[in-house]
Amino acid sequence: MTAQTARELSDELLKKWGHDSSKLLQILIGLQQALNHIPDDAIQFLATELSLPRAVVEGVISFYSFLDPQPRGDYDILISDNIVDQMVGSRHRAEQLAQRLGVKLGTTSKELNLSLDYTSCTGMSDQGPAALINGYPLTRLTPERIDEIAAYIKEPLPLAKWPRELFQVDENIQRRDLILNTELPQGAALHAVQDRGAKRLLDELDASGLRGRGGAGFKTGLKWRLCRDAETTERDRVVVCNADEGEPGTFKDRVLLQAYADRLFEGMTLCAAVIGATQGFLYLRGEYRYLIEPLEQELRKRRDDGLLGNNILDQDGLDFDIEIHLGAGAYICGEESALIESLEGKRGIPRIRPPFPVTHGYLGRPTVVNNVETFIKAAMIADRGPDWFRSRGTETSTGTKLLSISGDCARPGIYEYPFGVSIQSILDDCGATDTQAVQVAGAAGMTLSPDEFGRSICFEDVPTGGSFMIFDNSRNMLDIVHNFVSFFAHESCGFCTPCRVGNPLLKKRLEKVIAGHATGMDIEKMLEIGALMKSASHCGLGATAPNPVLDTLARFRPVYDAHLRSTSFEPAFDLNAALEEARELTGRNDPGAFIKGGGV
Amino acid sequence: MIMHFTIDGKKIPFQEGQTIMEAAMAAGIYIPHLCYNPEFVPHGSCRVCVVKASERFVAACTTPATEGMTVANETEELQKDRSELLQMLFVEGNHVCPGCEKSGACQLQAVAYYCGMLAPEFTYFYPMRTVDSSHPDVAIDYNRCILCELCVRASRDEDRKNIFSISGRGIESRLTVNSPSGKLGDTDFDIHDKAAHVCPVGAILHKHEGYSIPIGKRLYDLKPISMVGDISDHQED
Repeated sequence: MTAQTARELSDELLKKWGHDSSKLLQILIGLQQALNHIPDDAIQFLATELSLPRAVVEGVISFYSFLDPQPRGDYDILISDNIVDQMVGSRHRAEQLAQRLGVKLGTTSKELNLSLDYTSCTGMSDQGPAALINGYPLTRLTPERIDEIAAYIKEPLPLAKWPRELFQVDENIQRRDLILNTELPQGAALHAVQDRGAKRLLDELDASGLRGRGGAGFKTGLKWRLCRDAETTERDRVVVCNADEGEPGTFKDRVLLQAYADRLFEGMTLCAAVIGATQGFLYLRGEYRYLIEPLEQELRKRRDDGLLGNNILDQDGLDFDIEIHLGAGAYICGEESALIESLEGKRGIPRIRPPFPVTHGYLGRPTVVNNVETFIKAAMIADRGPDWFRSRGTETSTGTKLLSISGDCARPGIYEYPFGVSIQSILDDCGATDTQAVQVAGAAGMTLSPDEFGRSICFEDVPTGGSFMIFDNSRNMLDIVHNFVSFFAHESCGFCTPCRVGNPLLKKRLEKVIAGHATGMDIEKMLEIGALMKSASHCGLGATAPNPVLDTLARFRPVYDAHLRSTSFEPAFDLNAALEEARELTGRNDPGAFIKGGGV
Repeated sequence: MIMHFTIDGKKIPFQEGQTIMEAAMAAGIYIPHLCYNPEFVPHGSCRVCVVKASERFVAACTTPATEGMTVANETEELQKDRSELLQMLFVEGNHVCPGCEKSGACQLQAVAYYCGMLAPEFTYFYPMRTVDSSHPDVAIDYNRCILCELCVRASRDEDRKNIFSISGRGIESRLTVNSPSGKLGDTDFDIHDKAAHVCPVGAILHKHEGYSIPIGKRLYDLKPISMVGDISDHQED
């Protein structure tokens, strides 16, 4: 690709996105997709055209895992490194593929035009080991499939000609309840607000008790009301759907986007009609880029049917449309204020709150940010009424919850349960036996041991955004914790000290435990670091990142203790190993070049 | 209307919109801090100004004071938290006080003394970082950068030059310079810029004056930071 075409493409993308600096991330994603990297030429050109400092453009590129200033291969493979993928052999498959192709993991081979590396959970935990190739999901990577893929790459066979079954993503819905068993006629929620008015709809939403399904559980009716009441120019408000489903082990939004997109857009349009918004965004995680085409098609259909655009349902002034924005590999963008920063084309650094997005959100405008599942439920409540919704669940956690179940069980997949369901009944339903631990709500959630399986899924006991990972007794809990801690060290935005430094510090200490070099003092330090991260972090990521360490230290302490040395102190690093580089450089291999003991 | 809240039991007046930090400073109460400088919009990244306000841990520099709020500042618990945050900053970079030309006039060092931090007990990172001496008057020693972003804010908001920025993510986050080469010498940075006078540590250094004030006679050699305040208040243009 010559510099001229990089320039031309940048120009084209600038036109497409209206020369708007808040679209920088979308423009960069466009370049990355077309050119496999962001050429230096384009960086300078975009900076000039968008009146941004060049260093700011570079700062954005370096923040997102899927953007790279260095050329990546025409085949760009990222293997999902979530613990559940690892449990079904993802790391072995990655090594198998690297070996078949004679390349090193984490590098780009010019000869084969291939990049091969790991990435955070790709949202396919029920059909792993999974990977992304050029942004498209590969599922169920058996050793046979790896051999097949290796052969295509060697040939080389263009991706478009690879058999479709390699890319097949199943919905895998195992249990349906209130929501998945009920139809929502197109436009029904919008007719409801047209017939009964926004105020009445808000009252019904309050009465339904609906709370945010992303995990935090903020009352949806109240959020919409706060935004509706926020001072602003008429209809300046914004509706944002958070489809940045990055919590390891979660994939229920992927299924909803795949099979229920119409309901989601209905819910977003309902929100717009209620709060008075004209602009909507679907922030779709980069890993779900393959869903863009069907989603765009759904949007076009709704525009054709008069359910999006100007004068929706022929109502004068009811104007609303939805634009899809892609993420680019940054877990932190699931945090609503970081998501808004990312929507504005910036690095996804969480904002200082207050002010909250309901009053100062996207470009400073009042903004509602809700999860995919929340919008769908709001739409269905508008159609069916609050009593229908309250018929399931508990007093304070009304309705149902979609769970993404994965790990050691016979039937992973999507399960819709009424709130209040016990962990044990879920385990029974999905065919989990000999269970050692359940990780609820993802890496940042809770690690539960068998004596807690009587607890129930609901906001007042075990809240969750939807991730439910099962580990049987064959698993080493420390490997699981290490996976989560590594994930957070990789995904921390780096803004505040406790999260930026605390996560890698926890990782180092845990590795010392796993290596058998740790003592009781190291455990004390881990508790200290974890407590500090919880109290002093800038946002929820930092505050919840130490959970897997703290939870397992509280519930699975013997696993740690079994690895500890009885001495009071052991050095953090192996002095002899640290000398390896010096030995290599000097070519020494004599006994005097090795050392026993020492270190700090 | 003047309202009040308390810090460690002492009644502090404040006006609507003031943060805990602003009200404390006005009342002559020291809350340890590094990324805060009253001349710039606070952003609360270093977290050293963590206080306990009505039983919640918050950054004093970004949290608005409210009527009747009870703030704990100089407690053993908070000094320990701060000491740990400072240790994190020390092990993250390469801070060698005895060999640093900013020793005695460095806020990181002075706040560490104030909070009772001794040697860091966390694992050192020993990152590979560089020194940029391409500019005739100012050098950047990235080993000592603590990512407070004061130079970023000063250059953007006051000098209107946007010379500094942040790149990377997580522990890979780093200060960058806005030029194709990434070198300070290739920018229009000037020693008289505000951004040349706000670094709380020894990352942005003025050349040709390193030891004009000998070690032992520097700001924090003479008095603790709680009494003399930030280094930027004592730097002359």
